[in-house]
Amino acid sequence: MTAATPAQPARTATPAIEAVGVVKSFPGVLANDHVDFDLQPGEIHALLGENGAGKSTLMNIFAGLYRQDEGEIRIEGRSAAFRSPRDAIAAGLGMVHQHFTLVPSQTVSENILLGLDRPRFLLDPHGSEDEIRRLAAQFRLQVDPRAKIWQLSVGEQQRVEILKMLYRGARILIMDEPTAVLAPQEVEELFRTLRAMTTAGRSVVFISHKLKEVIAIADRITVMRRGRVTAAGLPAAGATPVELARLMVGRDLLEVYERTPFAPGEVLLSARDVEADNDRGLPALRGVSLDVRAGEIVGIAAVAGNGQAELAQVITGLRPCRGIVTVGGRRTSNLSPGHAIRQGVAHVPEDRTGEGSAPNLSVADNLIMKRFREAPVSRGWLINGAVARALAESLKDEYAIAAPSLDTPARLLSGGNLQRLILAREIETNPALLVACQPTRGLDVWAIETIHRLLLELRQHGAAILLVSGDLDEILALADRIDVMYEGRIVGSFDARTADLQKIGLLMTGGDGGSEPPTAAVDAGGTLGSS
Amino acid sequence: MTIRLEPRVQPPGWLSAAITFAAVGVALVISGVIIAVVGGDPVRSYIHILNAAFGSIGVLSDTLVKATPLLLTGLACALAFRMRLWNIGAEGQFLLGAWGASAVVLAPILPPGTPGFIVIPTMMLAGAAAGGIWGLIPGVLRARLGVNEIITTLMLNYVALFWVQFWVFGPWSEGGFQQTAAFPPEAFLPRLTDFASSVPAFDGLTVQLGLVFGLVAAGIVWLFLERSRWGYEIRLAGDSQRAARYAGVDIARNVIVVFAISGALAGLAGMSEVSGVVHRLQDRISPGYGFTAIIIAYLARFDPFKVIVASVLFGALILAGREIQPSGVPAMIQGIILFSLIVAEVFVRYRVRIERSVAAA
Amino acid sequence: MDFSLILAAGIATGTALLFAAVGEIFAERAGVMNLGVEGMMLMGAVAGFSTAVSTGNPWLGVVLAMLTGGIISLLHAVVAIHLRADQVVSGLALTFLGSGLARVFGEGLSNAGATALLPRLTIPLLSEVPIAGKIFFLDQSVLVYVGYLLVPLAWFWINRTRPGLHLRAVGESPAAADAQGIGVYRLRYAYVFVGGLLAGLAGATITLAVSPGWFGEQTTNGRGWIAVGLVIFAQWSPLRAAFGAYLFGTISRFIIDVQGVDTILGTTNPFQAGRSATFFLEMVPYLLVVLVVVIGSREAARKRVGAPAALGTPYVRGERGA
Repeated sequence: MTAATPAQPARTATPAIEAVGVVKSFPGVLANDHVDFDLQPGEIHALLGENGAGKSTLMNIFAGLYRQDEGEIRIEGRSAAFRSPRDAIAAGLGMVHQHFTLVPSQTVSENILLGLDRPRFLLDPHGSEDEIRRLAAQFRLQVDPRAKIWQLSVGEQQRVEILKMLYRGARILIMDEPTAVLAPQEVEELFRTLRAMTTAGRSVVFISHKLKEVIAIADRITVMRRGRVTAAGLPAAGATPVELARLMVGRDLLEVYERTPFAPGEVLLSARDVEADNDRGLPALRGVSLDVRAGEIVGIAAVAGNGQAELAQVITGLRPCRGIVTVGGRRTSNLSPGHAIRQGVAHVPEDRTGEGSAPNLSVADNLIMKRFREAPVSRGWLINGAVARALAESLKDEYAIAAPSLDTPARLLSGGNLQRLILAREIETNPALLVACQPTRGLDVWAIETIHRLLLELRQHGAAILLVSGDLDEILALADRIDVMYEGRIVGSFDARTADLQKIGLLMTGGDGGSEPPTAAVDAGGTLGSS
Repeated sequence: MTIRLEPRVQPPGWLSAAITFAAVGVALVISGVIIAVVGGDPVRSYIHILNAAFGSIGVLSDTLVKATPLLLTGLACALAFRMRLWNIGAEGQFLLGAWGASAVVLAPILPPGTPGFIVIPTMMLAGAAAGGIWGLIPGVLRARLGVNEIITTLMLNYVALFWVQFWVFGPWSEGGFQQTAAFPPEAFLPRLTDFASSVPAFDGLTVQLGLVFGLVAAGIVWLFLERSRWGYEIRLAGDSQRAARYAGVDIARNVIVVFAISGALAGLAGMSEVSGVVHRLQDRISPGYGFTAIIIAYLARFDPFKVIVASVLFGALILAGREIQPSGVPAMIQGIILFSLIVAEVFVRYRVRIERSVAAA
Repeated sequence: MDFSLILAAGIATGTALLFAAVGEIFAERAGVMNLGVEGMMLMGAVAGFSTAVSTGNPWLGVVLAMLTGGIISLLHAVVAIHLRADQVVSGLALTFLGSGLARVFGEGLSNAGATALLPRLTIPLLSEVPIAGKIFFLDQSVLVYVGYLLVPLAWFWINRTRPGLHLRAVGESPAAADAQGIGVYRLRYAYVFVGGLLAGLAGATITLAVSPGWFGEQTTNGRGWIAVGLVIFAQWSPLRAAFGAYLFGTISRFIIDVQGVDTILGTTNPFQAGRSATFFLEMVPYLLVVLVVVIGSREAARKRVGAPAALGTPYVRGERGA
């Protein structure tokens, strides 16, 4: 019960939702340590904090997914004890998760009707579609009720999530990191929708770790660090990124990474007119050509689902294609992942737990994944256990992989440690080319920093790096050149030092990079704390 | 009140063994209750099983005879399951192996009078090849066309059964009986009792060379799985197909190879049974060895050496179970043991917490 | 041979497959694969038959068969849903257990002799329709008509009703369903139970209507597994499952009938009962399942409709993905 009383405009209304002294612990972690939070009607209240600060835990308690160990939740002044998400929804509380909770094989309207009590038995697809269209128009959420979810872009899926909550009559909307997957222009549209909602008297909790964005959209800001509130209800007007950053991470953030000057060597990765289909058999790459040179980091900026994942798979031999990809002058396309590995292609896949590691195999086994075919780890058709363990041991120490032992199953590692394991393994192969996909997604600030340093170090050693990231900040911080992808094509290429964010944002969403920038642009980019 | 499962960070080594034994114990108690319900006497049944399986050196030898096909088919299953390939077809592969080995002397592939040191290896090869091909079919269908291997292996079991029946009732039938003519002695695997003239203590002991095949196979399978590059690929693919593909493992090829080897092991079991025990091909040559093998592989947690122990236990159950009434009891006990093992697995992997719900307000 | 008679008998035989397959479709649509169909069918078969023998009331037999199937399916449900065990192994265990228990409880039943069977009905007007009337509506067991009703009802339930919407959501994306307040565990239990009820009914269909009597494991003789294969072929649609079930029923009847004929097309029938070539005939349904599953898998790959996305994976709140 240590709520700071910040300087803020006096508010007399009963809060729409209020948390008082909430405590929630998980095995080994105190996720929420006496957290207080209040949301006034008609406001946008941002909850700021890095990954693992406890923001999502608090929101999941609000949404009825978790139950707090101590403390109280009040909805419009009344104590609430949600037993399930259904109770929270009934109380007018809608949550839009960071990972959408949509059923891909069902239509927009089926998804919106999911879990409701009416109609009780028979579904009436046409009747509900009209109401969905009406709501969509009111809050400027363009989406076709009959489309299947898997056909929609990420931005459209987010609109469906919001519509779903509005359809349920949600008066309070909780948005968990809503901009993480959006391009700058889509962020702008989202903000317009959120403002339309507050105008209509509804309130929004906006969870984020992006400082500028929070200042741009929120009325008030609450900052969390390691399960505790470090600032409660600061007025957003007047807050500065530097101040917020300090509250969020407990120290000043580094301005930019020190890096060696850009001195590119020979072309190591070359792709020419690459075309490929996605898992659904639809064209994902429509003639991509790009080069990455030794000692160069090329960042691919794109909104999720525009072919960047397929591009990484084509280069690493995981996906067949038309066209040609060469690494170090030799063809790797349409061969096999094993072939690409032998050509010196290392790969940090987007899915760390499902693809980048074998969850039930030991740390040691995971560390030799790319080495087990070659001497000295292999000895003829056998694996030399002693050498394998020695290699694993040295990598574990060198890259500070925190694991109880080499025999610990990989699934028990934290996200940051697992990613260090994967990077250690890939860098140890001394690759000519590293394809890194979303290398820091979901990691905390400290882990992100180590990973970034490792990538820059690899660049300094003359490797070519293709960085696929949904985080424009990350690309700006690391890349030497930025290629923008949209619908399977590279639609623009920029020198990172002189790149124009507005232009990149427009190109990412299919706009024409040469046209006038929009007037009410929101500066969603920019390195953390760089101002 | 809620039940929560929390993953154990490092399950202690003894825990797994202790829980496995407890599971088998619980299964026997439950089975006992059911036997009592249908009017049997569980205590007498179990004592009977113990006596009939381990009571003397003679019956112990019989138990080992029953354990031999279980050992080889159990290894076949353990290998496939390690890659998470559900080869439920060891039964059919066993039958094909028995048929292939029989063909060597019945077709005949080798002329009568060929010496044993040629006949036996040829039979082993033919049995393993026939079983291997029978395993190859679901393997190729799975690897190339993505066809669910559970269904195909099961269906091929039935096909194999009719295939053997055709030969036993038809072309190879001896005087219209449901069996073929007996093999010539060159086609017999040596038994201990065959050496009774020099070692009198071996008299009547029917343990045969097939057991040695099984023990050697267990060692080889262990070496490959735990110590070889190929075994590493199998374990990787068994844990995560996508991670294996990412690490450059050719999944399709490994699926086919594992299925072929698995089938060959089961086929070798069939060879050992016709050549070492029955000395002819006949209908109902297997009382479901290939299915019991699934439980054995699971009980052994896919560890080749533990498969040896488990197959002896189930060999005892099958041997002694023949005389237990009602006749379904051994099958029932097997089912209950498998269920308890699955539940036991949960206790190894998770710490089970039962908590009174903490009131939120 | 009178083909309409074979077809009529085939429909009856196929009805058992139909119940089992539709039951499995319900369970799998909810995301739980239950490979214990064979065991549940055997339990249903023995429970139904022994009840009918001891009470003389076949209807009571049907009810008990369904309950037995449903109750032992809950064993799989607990293990697969709450204990998060591997569904393949658990399903196999259920089959072992069901077959073993059925043989234990069925001890001596094979000599029970005749018992009262379920009534057979002829539908007045419909049976007059040329060809189809004789096949579908003439002197069929009452359970066959239940099958006719079940198929459209199951389809309608899955595709056009709110509970069906929730069923599909739970099988496709349990996390999404959970977030909307749908009880994932509750629904999965319910549909595994429904699968058990229908598998029990399938067993009773055999022992009390189609081929009365108890013949140990030969009673079902792998038909539970054929039903599981049919689900893949049917791509989880009850309508396609009905087509497959009746087709298989007809083929297995045809195989029996062919063995009773002396000559085919003027030559000696090589498949006459007692000849060894009949064994090749007996293989046909099982080989056909392999073929049908291959076709189903290829078609599913081409049309990119597949198994329910969450099939076979336990759901744990807060854990993402598989």
